[in-house]
Parts: sequence; C-alpha cells; structure tokens
Amino acid sequence: MRQQLLAQAEAVLEEWMKARGEVPTQETIEGFRLLALHRQGARGVPSFNACRETCREIAYHYNLLSGSPEKRDHLERMMGMLVEHLSLFVRGKMEVEGLGEFCCASRPLRQQSAVEEGSDG
Amino acid sequence: MNKYQRVAYYPGCALEGTGHAYNSSTKAVGKALGLELDEVKDWNCCGAMEVKNVDPKVQTYLSSRVMSIAAHEMKAKVVMAPCNGCYHNLKKAEYDLAHDAASRETVDRISKKAGHETYQAGSLETIHALDWIKDGIGEEELKRRLKGSLKGLKVANYYGCMYTRPRHIFPEKDRGAGSESTSQPHFMDDLLAAAGAENVDFPLKTACCGGAHTLSDSDTSTKLVLNILQAAEAAGADVIATECPTCHSGLEMHQVRAEKVLGKKTKVRMLYFTQLLGVALGVSPRKLGVHENASDGISLLKEKQIL
Repeated sequence: MRQQLLAQAEAVLEEWMKARGEVPTQETIEGFRLLALHRQGARGVPSFNACRETCREIAYHYNLLSGSPEKRDHLERMMGMLVEHLSLFVRGKMEVEGLGEFCCASRPLRQQSAVEEGSDG
Repeated sequence: MNKYQRVAYYPGCALEGTGHAYNSSTKAVGKALGLELDEVKDWNCCGAMEVKNVDPKVQTYLSSRVMSIAAHEMKAKVVMAPCNGCYHNLKKAEYDLAHDAASRETVDRISKKAGHETYQAGSLETIHALDWIKDGIGEEELKRRLKGSLKGLKVANYYGCMYTRPRHIFPEKDRGAGSESTSQPHFMDDLLAAAGAENVDFPLKTACCGGAHTLSDSDTSTKLVLNILQAAEAAGADVIATECPTCHSGLEMHQVRAEKVLGKKTKVRMLYFTQLLGVALGVSPRKLGVHENASDGISLLKEKQIL
C-alpha cells in the first residue's frame, strides 16, 4: 500500500511538471524521488512550496510504515489523506497557473476583463 | 524587563472583522499573563494579498508604514501581529528593505510623499502572538498562572502555510533548541501542552487550507479544508487550534459548506489558541469571544468538563 500511495504522489507531481512542459526528474533527494520532483516543481514558483511539508510528511509516513505494524491502518489512512491533500493542492494550482500568484489570481483576470471592456467600447 | 513584556500591537484588518474573537482573546490572555499591548496608532492594511498582486512594492510600503509608526512615533522595539498574513507581510517587508535597493527607493519615495519617516530595516522586531507568549512568558510561568486546565482535550494544532513560509524571511527560526521550526512548528503545541491539552500527531499542520481560493474556487477550498478536518478527526482530535484569522474562518466556513455541498459532516471544532489558553487561565469564554465562533466550542468545553 505505501508504495502505491508514494507512486500516486509522484504521479501528481509528474502531472504538474508535464503541464509546465518539463520532463519529470528521475533523481532522488534523501532517497525519495517525490522530494526531488517537489524541488523541481517549485523552481520559479515559490508558492509551490506550500506543499513542501506535505511531500515531506508523505515521505515520513512511508518510512513509518516500514515498521509499526500495530499502527499500520492508521498510518496508511493518514498517508492517504496526505496524498489526497497534495492532489487537491496541485489540481487547484494547475487551474490558476498562468493567471498569477496562487495566493491571489485576480490581477490577470482584471487585466483581461479591462482589455475586453476597452475593446467593447 | 523582558523585551516582549510590552510590545506594539498590530491587529490588522481581519481582527476587526471576522477575527474579532481572536483580537479579544489575544488581549484577554495578554492581560491575564501581565503582557502589555500598545496598539499601533492609525495603522493601515499590511497590503495583504490584493495590493501585493497589483504592485508588490506598494505592499512593502504599506507594511513599512505600520513599522515606521511603531518604531518612530511609538519608539517601540517590537511589534506583534497575531494574523499570519500581517506577520508574513511585515517580515517580508523587513527582508525586502534589507536586501533590495529598489524596494528601499520606493518606500522612501512614498514615505516622503506621505509625510512620515521612512522605515529603516532592522529598527524593529516583528513577532507573532505565539512568539509573544512563548518567549514573553514561557511554559513554566504560564503553568504557574493557570487557574484551570485543558486536561482531557485532544488538540490538532494548525499553523497554516504562511507562518513559516518562505523560510528566508524568518531568520530567527530553525536555530536549534528553543527556536521555532519552519518544517515542524511547535510553539502552539508547547503552549497548549503546558495548559494541559493533549496534542495529537497532525501531519497537515502547515498544509494549505485554500484560503486564497475561497471566493474564486470555493470547491477546491472546501475539499482542502474537508481533508484537513477529516485528518484531524482521524488523528483523534476534538478541536483544531488555530493562530490565523483567515485559516480559522476558512475552516469554519468550509466545514459548513462541506456538509451542505458535499454531504460530508465533520464534528471537530475550531478554537483560536488564545481562546484555549484563556479558558485555562480562568478568563470567561464570553471575554474570549468563544460564542462568536461559528464552530460550537462552548458545548465541547462543557462536555470535556473544562468549563
């Protein structure tokens, strides 16, 4: 299960890289490709670091799942939620990418509507 | 005297609106702990997200004006901002003014035009409400002043994504033992544990709540918040402790929306960490604004026999 969840998380970041026209890295950081993909994905997009700790927590839970058999169900559930969070975050980010800062996408939208209003008049 | 004993207080816009309870509980806790707040006179918006997108340097100016008033007119050495957005923006302005000549030029030009002294980087220390209590009082003194306890209350501490990000604007963090961590923040955990709460392992403590998407893409925000709420419940939490008015109202609002739109009900409650500390310090819930929260904290605290 933990391999599956880690692969899902990597796939989410691969999609992010592909959408930006880049080749997803095969490198690893601290033994995790996920962390290398995150670093690659955040290059030039500082706000992408808002999912940095989520990626690190996924890696941490992956490691926890190599032991602690008595907590396996709980840890798998938490790891699943972390992957879900990463997926939601990146999905939302992909929707607004090209529209401006993640933390406020309004400026390019206003600029666009101003251009349209100008051409109407 | 500890340098945090008396600080300039910058509540910011949110604490006069949706975060009113955070404002009143911060003041009440300060009073109970003997910490003093001098509100910055004639403060303005920090530039928040809106101005930053129009022109980041104007945002730097707006934050610098707040710091200029605190440093020059009030002669303060420390300014405390309880809102993560304000805290972040003041820290960012400080960093930009120390490292970017163009920002200094813009701030100086607008300050002169506005008729006040230009803020110079390094004149003031910006801290969060967590630093104020953690370093101004500390856990041991806090314990001595308790009149009650949060014993039996399981807490997921939620810091949000702006309290520690980006790392380079928080040079005082990640300095080893005793300092705050940007990857695993713990100041709120430490304070609430000192007040008797049981902190749960909560891996989404710095995850994005989709706050900025709240109006432009509500569904994504609702799903992000729902995941945070469900993770807190899975971790065994009764309550999520917050330290940011935007995160707090986002969690409350999208908890309701998740039930209405997605049919997903969660029971975990939200309380500001200052409300929880205030209860343990014997301050009345009304003074802490607990009744103002959308999330029903009163019944939870009664159920846990804390009230």
